[in-house]
Amino acid sequence: MSTLATTGLSSADIRPADVPALRPSGRLGDAVFANLTRLAAIVTLSLLVAIIVSLFIGAWPSIRHFGLPFLWTAEWDPVQEKFGGLVMIYGTVATSIIALLIAVPVSFGIAVFLTELSPKWLKRPLGTAIELLAAIPSIVYGMWGLLVFAPILAQYVQQPLQAVFGGVPIIGSLLSGAPVGIGILSAGIILAIMIIPFIAAVMRDVFEVTPALLKESAYGLGSTTWEVVSRVVLPYTKAGVVGGIMLGLGRALGETMAVTFVIGNFNQLDTLSLFQAANSITSALANEFAEATPGLHEASLIYLGLVLFFITLVVLSLSKLLLLQMRRSEGKET
Amino acid sequence: MRVSLLKSLAVVATLVAVPGVVSAQEVTGAGATFPAPVYAKWADAYNKATGIRINYQSVGSGAGMRQIRGKTVDFGASDAPLSDADLAKDGLIQFPTVIGGVVPVVNIKGITPGQMKLTGPVFADIYLGKITRWNDPAIGALNPGVPLPDAAIAVVRRADGSGTSFLFTNYLSKVSPEWKAKVGEGTAVNWPTGAGGKGNEGVSAFVQRLPNSIGYVEYAYAKQNKMSYVQMRNQAGNFVAPSDTTFKAAAAGAEWSKSFNQVLTDQPAKDAWPITGATFIMMHVKQDKPQQAAAALKFFDWAYSNGDKMADELDYVPMPDAVEGIIRTQWRKITDSAGKSVVN
Repeated sequence: MSTLATTGLSSADIRPADVPALRPSGRLGDAVFANLTRLAAIVTLSLLVAIIVSLFIGAWPSIRHFGLPFLWTAEWDPVQEKFGGLVMIYGTVATSIIALLIAVPVSFGIAVFLTELSPKWLKRPLGTAIELLAAIPSIVYGMWGLLVFAPILAQYVQQPLQAVFGGVPIIGSLLSGAPVGIGILSAGIILAIMIIPFIAAVMRDVFEVTPALLKESAYGLGSTTWEVVSRVVLPYTKAGVVGGIMLGLGRALGETMAVTFVIGNFNQLDTLSLFQAANSITSALANEFAEATPGLHEASLIYLGLVLFFITLVVLSLSKLLLLQMRRSEGKET
Repeated sequence: MRVSLLKSLAVVATLVAVPGVVSAQEVTGAGATFPAPVYAKWADAYNKATGIRINYQSVGSGAGMRQIRGKTVDFGASDAPLSDADLAKDGLIQFPTVIGGVVPVVNIKGITPGQMKLTGPVFADIYLGKITRWNDPAIGALNPGVPLPDAAIAVVRRADGSGTSFLFTNYLSKVSPEWKAKVGEGTAVNWPTGAGGKGNEGVSAFVQRLPNSIGYVEYAYAKQNKMSYVQMRNQAGNFVAPSDTTFKAAAAGAEWSKSFNQVLTDQPAKDAWPITGATFIMMHVKQDKPQQAAAALKFFDWAYSNGDKMADELDYVPMPDAVEGIIRTQWRKITDSAGKSVVN
């Protein structure tokens, strides 16, 4: 555009002869289209605001009654109408962190293998298979987790671990709990399996857009595959990688059906054991909302929803900050 | 050409006319999930017999109560009866439709259905987390000769709010003062221990999967899945097994003529199953739409007369005939805005 301005040419002058000039109806179409897209953006934004407002109104009785201590109170007693969200908030955050700890390295491995190491004939079927994993409904993961995975986890992981570490002070208490295979850890693992396809697919796509010129230059200078990935591909694609991880984290924070099957739905925070049945915000909402008595119980559930909304908001903002920070340090290096 | 035009006009006319016809003959209700299968079966048979559609949404008792209070449905359904004061406050009337029972089930190797016997207080202690092992002397004393394992009890209960939990906690509150003080009764409570399964399916899946577990499910689930149910000692001191007879015995003892606010747990009758409960329909006493109310009542009248066998097939217990008579008299209280009864 700037070069056009300096040469004094208008865009009409350089249009190839066979393309007709914009007719008035074309301009009208442009205007309509621009306004339609603007409308779509505004509707989305106002929906967001409306959701926040209605959550706030719905949660107001509980906010007024319990205030901020709701966030660090562990009691959830519908009979006495005493509510605190700590158990659910802890469960949501802990399961998501476990899910990320497992899913990020695995997804990274999948993406690197698919873009750098895999033989050509394997790339397409493997990539498609991973994308297919993303299409499985979450309730299927939940049922599989409860009926197949939990007994295996209990028998072959939890019981041997408890037998070995049962007496050790800190590790022993992290592994305590009834040997049933449901709880924070199994929910985290199921979530990891669910978000791997998302993170892996995004990572693969962004790795693929790294210019071959850059990679081949690095290989030409004698870099190993690991050096190419860590020094060329990752720096080039970090925004996309962080975006993919955030997509996965968002899914993990909001997942409901799969979690409710395997987390145990237990509203007490007796120990921080990984095998302790616990609860998450979404699972509590799904289980209790239909039968919640109007009043404090219902308001407290909506309050939990509001808290989840803010957790997601904080996570998104943090990821933006992280990217910003990365860009800044980049500027310093050069 | 003309013929086809006429034909399409006729089709359009029918399409326009049909919704009007349907809405006039459709009765809607919403609420408890526990009786939903029998309501659906009744509705289907009633539709075939009369052409009137009964549309029942099983959204849960709490949601059903919200809908009937908001008058978005013609009748609400709930597993927990309302107190007479609450009914008066909301201008509602309630009546029971079918009886069901809550059955404790266990999964212990070598223990057959009905072999284990428990009492209410022992049950409460297990769910309070005070009795944690199967070879506890309190359990052993009730089960001489039964091979009780030296293993931890895996306690399973409902995670979602439900009428089943209401009956169960109501019973425990009646038999254990400690349970009443610490936990209390409700569709959802602050469970001191145990893993939560979603729905009867969730609890029965847990109990069937976990060795040495105990849980509670509706009778139909225990029966259809052939689970090891537990015999309970009732108020009269007899050990009883869950069955149509013991549910009916519990229902027959209640004073229905005084009030329909009857929770049938811990009934004094000799053969009464201690964790029994009816499920209820709620309707407004003063009707803005008397025809809809009359249509709904006609459906329930038909169901009381013709639906017993269908209820039996689905393992629900129909109301005793004497109680149905009392219900029919109570219906006369439902009136239109002028105060005229909607049933004649």
